[in-house]
Amino acid sequence: MFFKIEARPEPSKAMKYFSPLVAALLMLFSGLIIFSLLGKDSIEAFYAFFIEPVNDLYGIGELFIKAAPLMLIGTGLAVGFRASIWNIGAEGQLAIGALFGGYIAIVFNDNSGFFILPLMIVAGAVGGLLWASIPAFLRTVFNANEILVSLMLNYVAILLLGLLVHGPLKDPDGYGFPQSVLFSDSALLPILMEGTRFHLGVLIAVVGVIVGWVLLQKSFTGYQIQVAGLAKNAASYAGFKYKKLIWIGLLSGGTAAGIAGVLEISGPIGQLLPTVSPGYGYAAIIVAFVGRLHPGGILLSSLLMALLYLGGESGQMNLDLPAAVTGVFQGLLLFYLLATDFLIDYRVCFSGFRKEAI
Amino acid sequence: MAITRKQIMSVFILLVCVAGLVFSAFAEEKLKVGFVYVSPVGDAGWTYQHDLGRLELEKKLGDKIVTKYIDSVPEGPEAERVIRDLAKNGHGLIFTTSFGYMNPTLKVAKMFPKISFEHSTGYKTAKNVGTYMCRFYEARYLTGIVAGEMTKSNTLGYIAAFPIPEVIRGINAFTLGAKSVNPDVEVKVIWVNSWFDPGKEREASEALITQGADVITHHTDSTAPIMTAEEKGVYSIAYHSDMSKYGPKSHLTAATHVYGDFYVKTTQTVLDGTWKSDTVWSGIKEGSIELAPINPAVPADVVAHVEAVTKGIAEGSLHPFRGPIKDQSGKVVVETGKSLSDDDLLAMNYYVEGVLGKIPK
Amino acid sequence: MDFDIFIKILVAAIASGTPFVYAALGELITEKSGVLNLGVEGMMLVGAICGFIGMATTGSIFVAVVCGMAAGAFMAGIFALLTLSLMANQVASGLALTIFGVGLSSFLGLNYTSVALSGVPELHIPLLSDIPVMGELLFSHDILIYCSLFLFAAVSWFLSKTKAGLVLRGIGEAPKSAHALGYNVIAIRYIAVLFGGAMAGLGGVYLCIAYTPMWVEGMVAGRGWVSLALVVFATWRPARVMIGAYLFGGITVAQFHVQGFGIEIPSQLLSMLPYISTIIVLVFISRDPTTIRLNSPASLGATYHPSQPHS
Repeated sequence: MFFKIEARPEPSKAMKYFSPLVAALLMLFSGLIIFSLLGKDSIEAFYAFFIEPVNDLYGIGELFIKAAPLMLIGTGLAVGFRASIWNIGAEGQLAIGALFGGYIAIVFNDNSGFFILPLMIVAGAVGGLLWASIPAFLRTVFNANEILVSLMLNYVAILLLGLLVHGPLKDPDGYGFPQSVLFSDSALLPILMEGTRFHLGVLIAVVGVIVGWVLLQKSFTGYQIQVAGLAKNAASYAGFKYKKLIWIGLLSGGTAAGIAGVLEISGPIGQLLPTVSPGYGYAAIIVAFVGRLHPGGILLSSLLMALLYLGGESGQMNLDLPAAVTGVFQGLLLFYLLATDFLIDYRVCFSGFRKEAI
Repeated sequence: MAITRKQIMSVFILLVCVAGLVFSAFAEEKLKVGFVYVSPVGDAGWTYQHDLGRLELEKKLGDKIVTKYIDSVPEGPEAERVIRDLAKNGHGLIFTTSFGYMNPTLKVAKMFPKISFEHSTGYKTAKNVGTYMCRFYEARYLTGIVAGEMTKSNTLGYIAAFPIPEVIRGINAFTLGAKSVNPDVEVKVIWVNSWFDPGKEREASEALITQGADVITHHTDSTAPIMTAEEKGVYSIAYHSDMSKYGPKSHLTAATHVYGDFYVKTTQTVLDGTWKSDTVWSGIKEGSIELAPINPAVPADVVAHVEAVTKGIAEGSLHPFRGPIKDQSGKVVVETGKSLSDDDLLAMNYYVEGVLGKIPK
Repeated sequence: MDFDIFIKILVAAIASGTPFVYAALGELITEKSGVLNLGVEGMMLVGAICGFIGMATTGSIFVAVVCGMAAGAFMAGIFALLTLSLMANQVASGLALTIFGVGLSSFLGLNYTSVALSGVPELHIPLLSDIPVMGELLFSHDILIYCSLFLFAAVSWFLSKTKAGLVLRGIGEAPKSAHALGYNVIAIRYIAVLFGGAMAGLGGVYLCIAYTPMWVEGMVAGRGWVSLALVVFATWRPARVMIGAYLFGGITVAQFHVQGFGIEIPSQLLSMLPYISTIIVLVFISRDPTTIRLNSPASLGATYHPSQPHS
């Protein structure tokens, strides 16, 4: 071996901020290779991928509406992840949240009133919470692995939403197509910036991130979660009830995902469809990790993830880049971010160099 | 007063700008036509048929237009952004080719009143949004005739995606076509709850074949049913595209839809400035519906009969949904001599006699 | 339902379950070493397209299998590098691997969507395949299905009868003790992860050259995720992986037969069956903590490095 990996005595503060830059540089380099392999001008391609999508107000609005569900769900999931409770079921919890919220919108479609939208959001939160309580219950009572239960429930939730939108919830005047009526204005989130789709839900998501920040960084529960994440046994020695933390960890993710589902249908979609999410529930897991399970980091990483989505479309539009490149790009960036995290806790010592004291 | 270098430079820059403007004006004369696809183009299937139409449009009007397509656009909020981007980038005519684009198309159209939009398979129009769809059921009726003649077990298999009127209409038309030549025939339907999942489509095909179906057809997007039929040695009828290369022995024919003519005509009206929002539902008569070449295994008299019926439908002397038609309970839903209206066809939510099982609710 | 149809459902269930057999047995070995790789779906997809390209270019099943396994192992190699050498979180890395795999496979497959393959012929073993019932059930499959049975035998034997298997299990139980005993934990985990990747790749190859001989984007359609569930379902035992895989395949096939017989149940509910039954079985086997604790690798999912800080 030419080099040796060694634990740092303490996590490096400098690397905490420097490592994402390393990741970005690595990705720029891979981008150069990919684009030149595809025979595209790299500068143009980078422009199309990272600048073009946000070079006007509308684009910036799109960036935020795309990032909103990711940051909200990411924060909710981070609560569980910090305690090593793995909720992989946000996609299903989002679908059930949308189903509950959408049901309220459909029931009150002929009414108008300020109460409808808050009611929808509450219903969505309850829906996501209930769906997440299934893995929490099965884990605490029957010891069933929450990763797998929550994952299996994604499929069940999406099929359930499909079943109901194909059936009782479909628009009676919609020629049998599987979609609900268009929501009335009282059930739609108001647009905050003229000429864009930037809606109130983005602010709600940001509030969610702040709530998550207070819970995780400032509360005793947050401290308990932290301890439990480091060592389950230590937590029980300290008298914390690990079961309680399992419930908190799973339900916070479920609630956030449920609300995100409502924000989607009452924001950019405007009705209930059989599919309400292009995979936000899965993407949010990565957003949470890339953001290092810290609400502030999650805010930034959700914007980055959103930009990658928009960049893929823009690359297809302006440079005829195949849509598949986006996935490759996203994957690479995530790998680099995950890989460079390592620099925070470890350092590389090259053999042949004398070890220096730091 | 001497002319400074600066002045020469500014005149030069001005000239370049003017030239640029003139040039771009010339360039802009080419109409930009955008297409939004729901899946990759691939080699067969729904999007492939639309892309064939786009290619024909480029061939016929290539000197006056440029086309652009964006594929794999999910239905929902993503679609709105993509359509808007196309509009913003100067596309004068935009075709959105999946049902789920209906509301996004309408929303974007409101923001860009000068641009013409055409949405496929929807039912809502606006001043600058037209719709277009093919009478798929006409082809289904014809393939039903082929299936009804070729079956020995009198059991036909149908792999279906989602219980929406368009799919139910196809099942009914296929059944009526088959029963018109073989009254004993029964059609088994299996729903796979996916437009595109080769594994499920294969499993559903196998189940149908095991349960005695000796001709299978599908209203899904992959070639798996044809390949499964080939492997198991039964006949199959494809949908969307000619899939004979995936099952040379099995593939009897395919119910295909063709968009070239429609795209060329519509684009021409936009070029001429005469485009108007319209609801187009075109079939065999307009050349929008065709059968793929029929397999030599089908006897000549059957082919002749299919051709006669094709002609009849084109001329209007025949209608696949002409009474008497009974539903599953034996109740007459279309009286003798009458045909179903387009509105009734669009809202169809029952099976005709001869289809087994119930429509999932 | 007559007996003949029943046998046909069983035969179809075996074919339908085979991709799970490969991917889940591979993941079983990975998890036994204490590593949780959630990227099975991505590895299967990349394995599938590379196997498909191999088959389309050379026409040889052998080349297809080698390409698919190599591609799956390559993907697993990325994961191993991240989680074993760079100590990244296993859950996040696995999910990123799937995102990457979905993108990479559709990128590699851009020019292969129109290619038709002839498929893998069924291997009717002479005489044996003529035995009524058993012949059809056991001796008339394609070669990749027989290979999966061989893999099962090999994995069972390896885990229960060899010293290397014992070492692997020991590393999954207590990496620190294994390290203290002088075993190179990281190197052995690398091998286990790469093996898992190669088997996931092979599962993908089976799908795209034998089960549905074609390439389409995302054709693995969630089978990687199900394979992950099957490993837990099986409480990390190879024989139960086989039962689970065929059971899952059987339910998938049976739900279509139920529809074909015209039984009135909404098809979405039927489609939910495989997932719900996995959860139910999971609950039953997890209910008694000792069964889980006896079989599940104690260090599963936890990052380990000989010079780990803060612990």
